[in-house]
Amino acid sequence: MLDDFLVRAALGAVGVALAAAPLGVFVVWRRMAYFGDATAHASILGVALALALSVPIFVGTLSIALAMAFIVARLTGRGMGADMLLGVSSHAALAIGLVAVAMVDGPRVDLEAFLFGDVLAVGKSDLALIWGGAAFVGGLVAWRWQKLLTATLSPDLAWASGINPEREKQVLMVALALVVAVAIKIVGAILIGALLIIPAAAARPLARTPEQMVIGAAVVGSLAAISGLWGAWIFDTPAGPSIVCSAAIFFVITMLFRGMRRG
Amino acid sequence: MTTLIEALGLSVERSGRQVLSHVDFAIQPGEIVTVVGPNGSGKSTLLKALIGAVPVAQGVVKRKQGLRVGYVPQKLDVDPSLPMTVGRFLDLPVKVAAPERLRALKEAGAESLEDRQLADLSGGQFQRVLLARALLNKPDVLFLDEPTTALDQPGSAAFYRLIERVRDQLGCAVLMISHELHVVMSASDRVICMNGHICCEGLPEVVAQAEEYRALFGTGTQGALALYRHEHSHSHDDGCSHA
Repeated sequence: MLDDFLVRAALGAVGVALAAAPLGVFVVWRRMAYFGDATAHASILGVALALALSVPIFVGTLSIALAMAFIVARLTGRGMGADMLLGVSSHAALAIGLVAVAMVDGPRVDLEAFLFGDVLAVGKSDLALIWGGAAFVGGLVAWRWQKLLTATLSPDLAWASGINPEREKQVLMVALALVVAVAIKIVGAILIGALLIIPAAAARPLARTPEQMVIGAAVVGSLAAISGLWGAWIFDTPAGPSIVCSAAIFFVITMLFRGMRRG
Repeated sequence: MTTLIEALGLSVERSGRQVLSHVDFAIQPGEIVTVVGPNGSGKSTLLKALIGAVPVAQGVVKRKQGLRVGYVPQKLDVDPSLPMTVGRFLDLPVKVAAPERLRALKEAGAESLEDRQLADLSGGQFQRVLLARALLNKPDVLFLDEPTTALDQPGSAAFYRLIERVRDQLGCAVLMISHELHVVMSASDRVICMNGHICCEGLPEVVAQAEEYRALFGTGTQGALALYRHEHSHSHDDGCSHA
């Protein structure tokens, strides 16, 4: 069954959606959207480094995403305009990455695959990485869940309960770097942020508790992955952007649903 | 030693500026202490240093072994994207049994709110829910950071009476930060006036019976508010001001 490239594509896309869901809700709750973008964009630099050093792409993207997450977190924690700093680092990281990829010797790299994803080229080893990454992120967030939620609601409340909110923030950084590294193959560096935020946002109107919102994000993300792939197949459109379009349609539907329920 | 929490020579700096200098503070079981002071006087910082939320530049904070702290923050900005019922909120960071939850909500006067969304609560309801959460782990000491900011005067008075009742029932100490310089909870055993350091402290003068006080506040507060008059028997050479 795994020999069919469409099955592999679907499994890869669903795996990424499942990895993104538990982190995406925190990205939304903590207003880290720009932060996620900065980290994801930096992963292009990781691609360039991996090519230059002849190490697996996954290793390059993971380490650069990790470094970027911690550097930006440190910078924005100092009270200098967070939005400004994130804007600078997000775009600078992308530009530096693009320049670095062009400078790497050797055969021309298919840059588009890293920017927008190449879901139809997902291999068995990619699947193992994606599902392994999803399991790790899910396990990590589940393990820290109560502490992460408390720290997200209020750092002071966390301190008073003996929880160090800084440590919980670091947990999210690690999870973010991992999601970026596994998702770049599927949706590409540019649209990873979309995959984090849109399913979580679509789940919001349907949820009354944080747990319901995570489950909703996972369901919406998976449905968007499958229907997006189907759309890409039918209309001959790029798979990564099609998945994000599909997620956006789900978002509009749940927003309308809420509007009707309120009206 | 019965002292619950004690600060000795506590100094705190924030971005290079000294916000607290050489503060000595201690609170005993069952005691109600109110801290007053102008904006930026470091009263919230004192509270945050006591719970360990800000790094201490100098001095020490000693806590009794196994001290249980209930903390009611000044405000909680719940992002609208975060769905959270009152009941779920009380389960953070430790899940509690349903009867425990109900008991805490009842003690805080918020028994009907369990299924409501945090985002839909009024200021007074939110304060009661925060108090209920703080009561859940049977605290030795309750920290309240300007708990009445979002309340009108009758609301504040009702909240103060609630705190007094909670103290009487649970026997916990209460440390309350107040943004009001002159009006404090009449049940306070001690009032501390701060402005970067401790300016003065002492018993609040209960003036609920005083004509001037009634003329000023009416009788609507039923004695829950009292005027704390600053009696400066000593002079500050460093220019402490209550402006």
